[in-house]
Amino acid sequence: MTITTTDTPKRRIDVTRPVLWLFAAFMIVLIVLPLSWLVVFAFTDKARRPTLQNFVTLFTDPAFLDPLLTTAIIATTSAVICCLVAAPIGWLVSRTDMPGRQTIRALLTASFVTPPFLGAVAWELLAAPNSGMLNQLYRYLTGAEDPLFDIYSLTGLIFVISCYTFPFVFVLVANALDNMPGELEDASAILGGKAWTTARRVTIPLALPALVAGALIAFLQAMTLFGSPAILALPAGFHTMTTKIWSLFQYPPKLELAAAAAVPLLLLTMLLLQGQKFLLGRRGFSVVGGKYGAPRPIEMGGWRWAALAFCLLVLLNPVFLPYFALLNAAFSPNATTLVTPSTATLHNIVFVFTELSSTQLALKNTVILGASTATVGTILALVVAYVTTRRVIASHRLLGFLATAPVAVPGIVLGVGLFLSYTRPPFVLYGTLWILLLAFLTINLPSAYQQLQAAFATIHPELEDASRILGATRLQALRQITAPLLRTGVIATWCFIFIGVMRELSAAIVLFTSQTKVLSVLIYDLNESGDLAAISVLGIAMLVITFAVVLAVNRIPMFGGGAGARLRNS
Amino acid sequence: MKGRRLSRRDVLQGSVALAAGTVFASPARAQAPEPVAVTPALVEAAKKEGKLIYYSSMDLPVGEKLGKAFEAAFPGITIQIERSGSERLFQRIDQEFASNIRAADIVNSSDASHFISWKKNGWLMPLVPEDVAKHFPESYRDPDGMFATSRVWLSSIAYNTNLVKPEDAPKSFADLLDPKWAGKMVKGHPAYSGTIMTATFQMVRELGWEYMEKLARQRVMQVQSSTDPPKKLSLGERAVMADGNEYGIVLLKEAGQPVEPVYPTEGTPTISGPTGIFKTAPHPNAAKLFQAWLHTRETQQFFVDFTAQYSVHAQVQSKPGRRKISDIKLMKEDAEGVEKMAEEIKTRYARLFRV
Repeated sequence: MTITTTDTPKRRIDVTRPVLWLFAAFMIVLIVLPLSWLVVFAFTDKARRPTLQNFVTLFTDPAFLDPLLTTAIIATTSAVICCLVAAPIGWLVSRTDMPGRQTIRALLTASFVTPPFLGAVAWELLAAPNSGMLNQLYRYLTGAEDPLFDIYSLTGLIFVISCYTFPFVFVLVANALDNMPGELEDASAILGGKAWTTARRVTIPLALPALVAGALIAFLQAMTLFGSPAILALPAGFHTMTTKIWSLFQYPPKLELAAAAAVPLLLLTMLLLQGQKFLLGRRGFSVVGGKYGAPRPIEMGGWRWAALAFCLLVLLNPVFLPYFALLNAAFSPNATTLVTPSTATLHNIVFVFTELSSTQLALKNTVILGASTATVGTILALVVAYVTTRRVIASHRLLGFLATAPVAVPGIVLGVGLFLSYTRPPFVLYGTLWILLLAFLTINLPSAYQQLQAAFATIHPELEDASRILGATRLQALRQITAPLLRTGVIATWCFIFIGVMRELSAAIVLFTSQTKVLSVLIYDLNESGDLAAISVLGIAMLVITFAVVLAVNRIPMFGGGAGARLRNS
Repeated sequence: MKGRRLSRRDVLQGSVALAAGTVFASPARAQAPEPVAVTPALVEAAKKEGKLIYYSSMDLPVGEKLGKAFEAAFPGITIQIERSGSERLFQRIDQEFASNIRAADIVNSSDASHFISWKKNGWLMPLVPEDVAKHFPESYRDPDGMFATSRVWLSSIAYNTNLVKPEDAPKSFADLLDPKWAGKMVKGHPAYSGTIMTATFQMVRELGWEYMEKLARQRVMQVQSSTDPPKKLSLGERAVMADGNEYGIVLLKEAGQPVEPVYPTEGTPTISGPTGIFKTAPHPNAAKLFQAWLHTRETQQFFVDFTAQYSVHAQVQSKPGRRKISDIKLMKEDAEGVEKMAEEIKTRYARLFRV
């Protein structure tokens, strides 16, 4: 029996309602304004007269169609690779007795902290066809002329994108397998199903929706990334959609074309998300009800070590090799020469922290933006999640939709939209940190909202209702009952947004100015001038800051210190 | 047409004539403002502002060292260098001005044609440093005192000496079209770098677009900044640099890296980097001080010595052991020409090189 919260007491004046409406209004401005300007620019000419000419120009120009095709190839192959790699690892970590399962899981989660553009630079150090360390090693060992890998190629780009996208798929699959009722597999075994039959008839069908959802997320990630293609595709002589959109900002900027070029990305994303919703919606059948037993780990016998070796081999690519290359470059006089104790130098570190005049500003801006976006974003997501799970106001559905909608807006598209919105009255925010705050907030809101909504869903409203029946106001009930139960989820969300801000490049690259530079943009700038050693130092500093902040936030007593935040990427 | 040699004698003659011109200034030429020296009053006013924001495309280590020298000369003023490719900076300055953001105090561009646009827009503040008035040839300073050429450098060919034997090295731009260099070259991008924009203009004028078309078929590794090809060369990532900063090569060679510049027989593209102050500078006195300081003989000499670039200051000597600019066959500069053709260069280049 449940008392629904729609029966709010009518005697008392509830201040929460106007506040909630204010939040709703804010969300509408946040998301609707940039998208409207985007559409206006896409469908008008310089004098703002309606026209379809922008689309005609784009779709008759091979210089635009080629990147569209390239992007489709990259996104599809990356999604397939991510699933092929992430599914077995997810299964091994979640369902078997493989040694070091927890370490593998932690390392994969940590690889999520690595910004993809930093990974791309690290792979330049490793696999540039001639100077790359792996290619040097290969030539040294075999005496071959040709390189083993060429990272400046379509395959190279797909490889690097997959390295930093498959953790998303992994987390989805591993979580799905974690939550799968063990009884169903047991039932299959009791009925005489052999291990393979059980896997084929029970486990795989139950995990499939998560895998497909993961594939879609991987597809969207690969399609909308800006940093990796800008770093690896341009030297190879080809564009992707995101680098093409960005090149339209070159002087004289063609904002109408940039807006129009963003429209296909936007439509495709929306279409795919509809598909994902359809597939995830079908997952409902697996929820049978009642309490489930934990799934039985599968005993792998002698294969345990082979499985571990496989996981470690995969982890070489996003974690071990890139960090080794970055550390080496940070202390090396020449970015791709192996450091020895006699050649190790602190010159790069001294340069970055004492000579490079943008370091301090970028560090300051990034930390300010990271902390404020995480705080505002968590509060916003918390309110929206509360409203939608408890159905506090009539338009809660709309609010939930608005909070999820930015998922359909690729970073660079949002960047273009925000640039168009906030470089003109009534809100002139370009040149301030506010425009970046809005961008980061919008980008991170959907996942933050989903996490907190999931957290709210696990807390039954009857606890709050009991408190309110006993005379507490809505706010008192929230503070005394719900907040303590949500601690872990809130901390995880905060950290997740903070990391999201550190990783973000595609919107920042459109929106920064000299005084509002962030670390990701600085690193990108340094890549364009070829200062790889400085990038390595900054990249390592960035990771140290991220880990320090995440650890510190987890230690704050008022958040229920000690409770380890689980970084979940949804 | 053939390249022009800029000899030290020309420079000296020009500056002597110029010095005479300033001393006995005729009223007709007196439109440019009074020359400004580094005076205690200016230093005081600059220190009150305490900060300078300098947009520049200079190679980062070189630019930051110049900034540190300024900070050391005038303690209490910190300099923030906003480094990016000149074409990128040009676009960003345009975007910032359009949004009423006035962050930049002073700018040094490697595409001299940018100053034509900025001057036309009325964005620049006139200021003639004393040394510019006395020692800079007329062709390297704006008659209205809006900017002066702070540095001159070249975009040359170069090769990695571990990968290419001196006798096999290319001697000319035409040599780069040899199939043996296919997939072995690196070059910068004219939509990012002012140096490459200026160099591309000069190469297209001397060699025609056919040259660029053929070069594009050589599977060139396309980087952005003109500061990057020398670095890719010294890493051994590519064997030959098709364009890029000659000063980067000279500095790397002096540091013991295996690189060697080649001054092509067709002539070497020459780039002037003027500096000018924005009228809307948030730190105008610091900007004036920097402009006056940058063009003194001492700073120019220091700059030439540690950056391996060239100065048009009449009293600056080239560092012993380095090649003199007067010994190199140069391509002629033409900022007006670049201004007219910039858009066409970006479009045609993007079509040929596909990025």
